[in-house]
Amino acid sequence: MNFGNILLMMFSAILVENFIFAKFYGCCPFLGVSEKPDTALGMGMAVTFVMTVSGAVTWVVYECLLVPFGLEYLQTVAFILVIAALVQFIEMFLRKFIPALYNALGIYLPLITTNCAVLSAALLAVQKSYSFIEAVCFGFSAALGFTLAITVFAGVRSRMQNADPPRAFKGFPLTLITAGLLAMAFSCFSGVKL
Amino acid sequence: MNKYIKQLKEGILDNNPTLVQLLGMCPTLATTTSLKNAVGMGLAATAVLICSNLFISLLRKFIPKQVRIAAYIVIVSGFVTAVELLMRAYFYSLYQSLGLFIPLIVVNCIILARAEAFASKNPPLPSLVDGVGMGLGFTFALCLIASVRELLGAGTLFGLQVLPDAYPEMTFFVLPAGAFVTLGFVIAAVQKIRNSAADRARLKSIEEQRYPAAPAPEQVGETETEKEVDLV
Repeated sequence: MNFGNILLMMFSAILVENFIFAKFYGCCPFLGVSEKPDTALGMGMAVTFVMTVSGAVTWVVYECLLVPFGLEYLQTVAFILVIAALVQFIEMFLRKFIPALYNALGIYLPLITTNCAVLSAALLAVQKSYSFIEAVCFGFSAALGFTLAITVFAGVRSRMQNADPPRAFKGFPLTLITAGLLAMAFSCFSGVKL
Repeated sequence: MNKYIKQLKEGILDNNPTLVQLLGMCPTLATTTSLKNAVGMGLAATAVLICSNLFISLLRKFIPKQVRIAAYIVIVSGFVTAVELLMRAYFYSLYQSLGLFIPLIVVNCIILARAEAFASKNPPLPSLVDGVGMGLGFTFALCLIASVRELLGAGTLFGLQVLPDAYPEMTFFVLPAGAFVTLGFVIAAVQKIRNSAADRARLKSIEEQRYPAAPAPEQVGETETEKEVDLV
C-alpha cells in the first residue's frame, strides 16, 4: 500500500466512517465528558495518544505472539489486557517524565481503559489485516475523528446550557437529540466513495 | 423468594441499566436497528453478566482490592470470548450482523458497574439474580428502542412486515442519526414517567407531614369541610 492509499484510509476514518457518528464506538465518553470544550479537547487528545500507541502495541502482540502460537481466538482477552497495562504505563511514564502533559491529560487516562473506541480500533486493524504502518495510522486517524466529534459536540452543548427545554427533556435526552442532529450533518459524508 | 422477585423488578424496571442508569450507550445505539439484533445483543450481554456476576461474587474474598478492576476485566473477557465462539458456531448470521459489538461486551459499562457495585459485595445467589435482572432490563430496553426504530424505519418487526405497503419507509430511523434521536425520545418518556411519580410521592409526603396521623379518607374530607366552615 502506497502513501496515497494511507492518506485515503485516514481521511475515510476521520470523516466517512467517523467512530462516533457512523460506528458508535466510544459513545460513553462522548456523551459523558462533553460539557465543556476544554475538557472535551483534553479527553480527545488523551484518547488520540493512547489509541496511536495501542494500535502499534496490539499489532505487535497479535502478529508476534498470538499468530505464531495459533492463539488468535484469545485476541479480545489479550488486547484488553494490553490496553489496560498500557494505559497504566503511559500514566506512570507521563507523571515521571512529562509532568506538563500529565497535568493536562492525567485525569482522563484511567477512563480510557473502558473506552470501547480503543479496543475496537485494535480489533478492526486485525480484522482488516492492516500492516504495521497502516494499523498505527488507522488508530491515529480514528482517534482524530473521535476528537473532532467530541470537540464540536462540546461546543454545541456549551451553547445550549441556557436553553429551557420541557422538563422531561432536560439533561440526557436533549444531549442525545443534539448528537442526533450532528450525526445527521456527518451522514452527508457517507455518500463519499473513496 | 420475595426478595429475589423485588431484585428482578429493580433491574428490569425501577433501576433499568440503560433507561434509568444511562449505562452502556454504545451497544444500545448501534445494535437497535432491528429487533433480531437487539434480542441477540441483549441475551449475549445477559449471559456474560450472569456468569461474571456469579464468578466475581465467588472470588470476591480472594481478589486484592488494588487490582480488582483488572481482575474483573480478565474474568469478563474470558466469558465474552466463550460467548463469541458459541455465537460463531451456532448463530453465524447474528454474529456477523452484530460484528464488533460482541467482543466489545468486555468494555460494556453495565457489566463492570454491576461487578463493582453489587457482585463484589454480595453472596453468589443474590449476585446471580442481580445479573439476570440487569441483563433482562438491558434486553428489554434494547427491544423497546429497536421496535420503534424497526417499525418506523422499515415497517417491519423481526423482519416480518407489519405496516401496509403504502407506508413510506422512514430510513432516517435506521441511520445513526435516528439512533440518537430515538433514544433521546425514549429516555425523555422515561423521565416524564419518573418525574410524575416523584411529584406524586412528594405530594403524598407533604400531605403526611401536614396530617401526621392520617385518618381514613372520609374523615379527612369531613375535617376539611369543617375547617372551611370555621373559616367562613
